[in-house]
Amino acid sequence: MLLELKDITKSFSGVDGDVEVLRGVSLGLDAGQTLALTGESGSGKSTILHISAGLEVPDGGSLHLEGVEINGLGEAERANLRRSEVGIVFQQFNLIPSLTVEANIGFQASLAGRRDKTFESELVEELGLSDQLKQYPESLSGGQQQRVAIARALAVRPKLLLADEPTGNLDESTASAVLTAMLDLVGRTGAALMVVTHSAALAEKMDRRVRLKGGVLL
Amino acid sequence: MTNTILRALLSYWWRSPLQLFTFLMGLALATGLWSGVQAINSEARASYDAAAATLGEGQFDQLVPRVGDRIPQSVYVDLRRAGWLASPILDVTFKGVRFVGIDPLTTPTQMSFSSDSGFSLEDTDLIFGNAEVASVLEGFVEVTIDKSIPPGIAIADIGVVQRLFKRNDLSRLMVLPEQPIRRPDLVKIAPELVVQPSQQIADVAALTDSFHLNLTAFGFLSFAVGLFIVHSTIGLAFEQRRGMIRTLRSLGVPLSNLLSLIIVEMGLLVFVGAVLGILMGYTIAAMLLPDVAATVEGLYGARVSGTLSLRPEWWLSGIGLAFLGAGMALAVRIWQIMQMPLLSAVQPRAWAIANAQRIRGIAILGMVLLGFSGLLAIIGTGLGQAFALIGFLLIGSALVLPWLTIKLLDFAPGKGVITSWFWADTRQQMPGLSLALIALLLAVSANIGVSTMVSSFRVTFVSFLDQRLAPELFVRVEEEKTASALEKYLLERELEVLPLLTVERPVVGQPAKLYGVRVGRTYRESWQFLGADPDVWDQVAKGEAVIVNEQLARRNNLWVSDEVDIAPGLNIPIAAVVGDYGNPQGQVVMGEILFRQLHPNAVATSFGIRTTDTANLRKAIQADLEVPDSGIINQASIKSMSLEVFERTFAVTAALNILTLGVAGFAMLMSLLTLAGMRTPQLAPVWALGLTRTRLGALELARALGLSVIVFICAIPLGLALAWALLNFVNVEAFGWQLPMFLFPADYAFLGGLAILATLIAAAWPAVQMVRKPPAALLKVFSNER
Repeated sequence: MLLELKDITKSFSGVDGDVEVLRGVSLGLDAGQTLALTGESGSGKSTILHISAGLEVPDGGSLHLEGVEINGLGEAERANLRRSEVGIVFQQFNLIPSLTVEANIGFQASLAGRRDKTFESELVEELGLSDQLKQYPESLSGGQQQRVAIARALAVRPKLLLADEPTGNLDESTASAVLTAMLDLVGRTGAALMVVTHSAALAEKMDRRVRLKGGVLL
Repeated sequence: MTNTILRALLSYWWRSPLQLFTFLMGLALATGLWSGVQAINSEARASYDAAAATLGEGQFDQLVPRVGDRIPQSVYVDLRRAGWLASPILDVTFKGVRFVGIDPLTTPTQMSFSSDSGFSLEDTDLIFGNAEVASVLEGFVEVTIDKSIPPGIAIADIGVVQRLFKRNDLSRLMVLPEQPIRRPDLVKIAPELVVQPSQQIADVAALTDSFHLNLTAFGFLSFAVGLFIVHSTIGLAFEQRRGMIRTLRSLGVPLSNLLSLIIVEMGLLVFVGAVLGILMGYTIAAMLLPDVAATVEGLYGARVSGTLSLRPEWWLSGIGLAFLGAGMALAVRIWQIMQMPLLSAVQPRAWAIANAQRIRGIAILGMVLLGFSGLLAIIGTGLGQAFALIGFLLIGSALVLPWLTIKLLDFAPGKGVITSWFWADTRQQMPGLSLALIALLLAVSANIGVSTMVSSFRVTFVSFLDQRLAPELFVRVEEEKTASALEKYLLERELEVLPLLTVERPVVGQPAKLYGVRVGRTYRESWQFLGADPDVWDQVAKGEAVIVNEQLARRNNLWVSDEVDIAPGLNIPIAAVVGDYGNPQGQVVMGEILFRQLHPNAVATSFGIRTTDTANLRKAIQADLEVPDSGIINQASIKSMSLEVFERTFAVTAALNILTLGVAGFAMLMSLLTLAGMRTPQLAPVWALGLTRTRLGALELARALGLSVIVFICAIPLGLALAWALLNFVNVEAFGWQLPMFLFPADYAFLGGLAILATLIAAAWPAVQMVRKPPAALLKVFSNER
């Protein structure tokens, strides 16, 4: 199993004391598999995504990526793993505003030391970004920025791709086109995909769908 | 990975050229003013050291006459025969150049004169001096230019100087450090001489330390103002890059790598800014050095070279301080990044709002510092504590300013909805603007303080000139026989003649001038004292007491009725202390009779004359006594010449004042411009609700105007407190005199106008940007696509 979460718990401190966001969540994802994580706002979907990426550390439970226990790793080791094995598409894109589209797309692959310009060109072609390569993120529309974020996450050829509402800012037809391209690319790279979404249409296209409510899987 | 991260970090500056410019200029200005002042100081100190090394002053004991200022050559010969190892020196001042005649065969080896042109005094009749001296003496004597000779000095073999000035005597004898075990007592061989220990000889560097400390303080103030800009820019850059930092970390950049590369990035930028600053500092120093040379000579009689060298001590200290200052600002940000959760929200405005909560805490700290300052004003003594007082006063006030401004804004007029929004928006901007306002406060108050000090000094100086220059005509002659003929000539015409007898001799171990005056109506009516017995002039006329100047009194803790040694074994009470702002040295004024008893060889060559007909008397003296026109000066000419010297003396202060105000104006401009870039989300809703862009631009200008008026109002009491501290503490230590404080409301109003104008100019750019902002840019605020 590529990703395995067992009895994950997580709380955040709030104004009225600690808020328990995840209460014993267990979940597994095989290589090449796609999974949609759905649920109401505040149900803990994004937290699972962040914990899976090693961005958050769970309070309890265990988390294995390719058999490696992530909870036991230090900040630098988790960063190394994330840099080379995990691609993340954030809801707010998180592009680097001072770099061009081209530099943004190749950024994580450069960090991981495995930049493949031919593959990047394929990604650019399939995501329809050829005309925007020299532009800066501020001049792109939301849909274009989303596609750049997807291209950046895939360019590193990750084993695990995590996407938080990847089509949330897109109109229906753009969302469909972006999703099709993303699934196609995931299929070609053999990556596992976990998507957080409110969209039933998007969830339908995944191999598996799980629903979260009040911090537990239904 | 390193290259990728570094490229991403540097790309921010590439895309934000204005911020890059602000950062580099802030650092360059801070470093420039600091290193400029340090360059001046180190150049001056090098000149003092060169003078001390070349002339041996302060290094060796000297033999000087008990009475007068000349030693017959035969006395020197007697001493040598008796076994005393001494080297003769003849000092003659001509055209402002000090000719020093030395004997190369007996000069101590520690004295460092060796001509860089390869000549030796032993085998040549040449006179050596630097280029300035050579140009002054052109036409009188040929000078071989040697840049190693200290400024204002010409060195030659003693025989050459004696021939040049038709002298056959000596001024002093330098006692060599190694002496025979048995040598006869000085009293037996030369009772007319006295040993002056080396530590009692004028140490010019020590005398001028206070002046250079003043300059350093000014440089530091400018550095602090410049650092406000750097601190502000670093803060803004980090806030705007929070998103990038979060993204880099989420894409797998370890925190330690990221922090190391941020330090490298900042190090590169600080280095560039510091180098620019050093270049700027060199330019500033080169421009100010002639004025500083005039100041130091005017105040202390010390000579400073007019040309600047690139000495490592000042440019290294400039670079070091730039790294230290930027490092302090950076350390805070590095700490914040280390504490920042990896997934923290990216809200640049949240930073400004959060800071508002800290403003009150900072204000309390400021009030504590003001309390310390008040305490030092009551119990402090010495120059160090005076500067600590000023430091606490300025820093304390700076820390209180943002809180005070917000409180003052609570009383802002107007009840309309736009007015309410305007003031609320202004309060919200305070955290972002506070550093610029602090920079403006420091610059304006420093200007008020220093200009009050200088102007008070000017008023006092003019009054001092009126007292001292009561005679309508002054005549100076070169020869003794002309002097006595002149005096006889004037007395025959029943004019009041005031001969000025003078000799130089140490008093209380420090160089001083002794004056012998003919007590009469003029002195009794004109001179005003800082402290005096009721019958001062009667006591002075009888030779029972003397008058000393303020600097001699304060430096030695003397005052009226204390005693002072005016000759070996002769202590005499002080009848009055007089303010003296025209020379650096201590002065003792005694009656003519007593003076002539102590210095029978002294001859008056300067005379003050009371007359109602200066023009005709001038012509008569020229015609009857063949006194050259250049030897006769009327009162008005001397006054205007003295005032000219005064203005030049403080030219360096005025220049530093203007530069500091310029730096503050720049800080304001950069703060407003960077804030303008972040304010679209605040202004777009107001624009959408019906306020035009032109009106919004006008409101931005009005805000800048309002804030600068508040800062100016706060700067007035602070500036006056600064002036009070300068006049009552720093000046007493630095110059040796305490001046009364005068107020100059018109000057302050003019300065306020300048500060407000500078702020309006700074605010105009962002206001015009607002007016020209395309509606599409404002509409982006309402879309998720920003």
